[in-house]
Amino acid sequence: MSEPLLEVSGLSRSFGGIAATSDVSLKISRGEIHAVIGPNGAGKTTLVALLAGELAADSGTIRFREDDITLDATPARARRGLARTFQVTSIFSEFSALENVALAAQAHTGHSFRFWKPAAEDAALRQGALEALQKVGLGDASERNAGEMSHGEHRLLEMAMALATNPVMLLLDEPAAGLGPEETTAMVGLLQELKQDKGVLLVEHDMDVVFAIADRITVMVSGKTIATGSPTEIRNDDRVRKAYLGEEG
Amino acid sequence: MSARADKSGRYWIALAGVLILFLAPLAISYWDQPFYLDVLMRLMILAIAAISLNLILGYGGMISLGHSVYIGIGAYAVGIPAYYDEYSGILQLLLALGGCGVFALITGAICLRTRGAYFIMITLAFAQMMYFTFVSIEEYGGDDGLVIYARSDFGGLLDLENNVVLYYVILGCLLLALLLVHRIVNSHFGMVIRGTKSNELRMQTVGFPTFRYQLSCYVISGMLCGLAGWLMGNFTGFISPEMMDWTRSGELIAMVILGGPGTLFGPAVGAAIFILMETVLSEITVYWHLYLGLLLILVAKFASKGFGALAGRIRGAR
Repeated sequence: MSEPLLEVSGLSRSFGGIAATSDVSLKISRGEIHAVIGPNGAGKTTLVALLAGELAADSGTIRFREDDITLDATPARARRGLARTFQVTSIFSEFSALENVALAAQAHTGHSFRFWKPAAEDAALRQGALEALQKVGLGDASERNAGEMSHGEHRLLEMAMALATNPVMLLLDEPAAGLGPEETTAMVGLLQELKQDKGVLLVEHDMDVVFAIADRITVMVSGKTIATGSPTEIRNDDRVRKAYLGEEG
Repeated sequence: MSARADKSGRYWIALAGVLILFLAPLAISYWDQPFYLDVLMRLMILAIAAISLNLILGYGGMISLGHSVYIGIGAYAVGIPAYYDEYSGILQLLLALGGCGVFALITGAICLRTRGAYFIMITLAFAQMMYFTFVSIEEYGGDDGLVIYARSDFGGLLDLENNVVLYYVILGCLLLALLLVHRIVNSHFGMVIRGTKSNELRMQTVGFPTFRYQLSCYVISGMLCGLAGWLMGNFTGFISPEMMDWTRSGELIAMVILGGPGTLFGPAVGAAIFILMETVLSEITVYWHLYLGLLLILVAKFASKGFGALAGRIRGAR
C-alpha cells in the first residue's frame, strides 16, 4: 500500500518553445486513485502520453514497480502492466466488442507468431475478454460491432480493453467525458471497485467525480504541478482556488 | 443472419469456381482450344500474386506499389539458373522463395519505418531499383530479357513440360495460397495484422510491438508472390525486367481493388475480371485499359468492397 507503484520525478516535455509538461513529480500507490486536474491546456493529456510512452520525455524519470521505464517503448510498458484509455475513443471499430477486448488480452499472452489456429477459437482469450466485458457491464453486447456502439458504450469498451490486459496500473484520460448522469455513476462505481488492487491515475474534468473518488489530487496549470494533496487539502488550497477553482466558482 | 447468408453465398460461388477450374482442362482438350488453357494459367498465377498483395494491402493496410518485383525475382530465379543449364525445380523454387524473402525483409525493414504516401513511394522506389538493375545486366539480356528453354525439372515426380501438369500445379498453388491466407488472417498473428491496420497506436498501447508483426507479414506476402513469379517464369518461358515494372504492380492493385481488398476470394475474382477484360476487349481495341479505368472508377464509387462482396450480396439478399 505505501510502496509507490509509479514514481515520476522531474518529468518535462516541450513542443517548440512551449513547455507542455514541466518538472512534474508524483507518486501513486496500489489502491489509490490519483486524480490530475487542471484547466484546458494544462498538460494533463501530455502527461498521460509521457507515462504511456507515446511521447519521449525531454528530461526526468519514470519508475514503475521500482524499475526505470523512462526509455521503454509503449508496448513494453503495456506488457509491464501499465494500461491506458484515451480521451478520444480509440478502439478497433471493424471488430466486435469481444474481438476488441480479446485482442487487448492477446497482447499479454506471449508472442503472437501463431499463424494457423483461429484466434476466435482461443477459449482462454474469449473467456478473459467476456469477463472484462461483464465487469464493465457490456456482457450482453459482446457480439456487437464496436463501430456501431454508442459513445457511452465506447467509454466502457475502452475500460474493458484496459482491464483485459490485467494491468497493475490504469492511466485513464477522462473516462467519464460525455457520459450521462447514470453512466457516470456506473463509471464511478467501477473505478472504486478497480482501485482495490490497482493504482489509478485519473485525468478528469468533472469535479463531482474527482472529489467523490480521488484519494489524492494533483493540480496542473500551464504544465506545472501547483499542488498535490487530499481532496480536502486541495479544496482549501489558496493557490488552487486562485489558479483554477476560483475561475469556475 | 444476413451476414451469414452473405458468407455462405460467397463460399458456394467459390466452390463452383474451383470446380470449374478443376474440370476446365477436360473441356479445353475436348474442344481443342489450348489458347484458353494459357489464359486460365495466367489468370491463376496473377490471382496468386493478387492474393499475396491482398495480405498486406487488404488485411494489413500496407499499400505496396512495388509488389510485382516479387514476380520478377521469382521468374528470374527460374531464368538465371536455366541460363547456366541448371533446371533443378527444387533449387529454383528455393531461390525464388529465398530471394523474395530476403528482398522483402531488407526493403520491408526500411519501408515500414514510414507510413501512408511515403510507404507507397518507398516500395515503388525499391521495385524500380530492381527493375533498372535487371535492365542494366547485359549478361541476362538487359531489357530484352531471357528465353527459358526448359521448365523446372522435378525428375520423374512432375513433368512441367506438359501444359496440363503445369496447369494443375498452378491450381494447387492457388488453393494453397487461399488456404494459407485464410488461416493466417484468422490466426492470432492475423488479428494483430488487422488490428494494426485498424488502429496502430491502440495496438501499441495494449502491448503489441507492431513493427515485427508487420515486417513478418510483409515477408510472407513477398514470398507468396515469389511463388507466383516462379510459376510465371515456367509458364511464359521468357523473362524480362518488364515483369517487375511499376505498372505491373499497379495492375495487381487494380485486381485487389476490383475483387475487394480484405476479402479471401476477392483478389482471385479481381484477377479473373482483369484477365477477362484483357482477353475480350484487347481483341476489339488496343485501348482496353480505358474500360478497365472506367470499371475501377465505378467500383471505387459504388462498390468499395469489390465484386467479391457484390456476388455475395446478390445471393444473400434473396
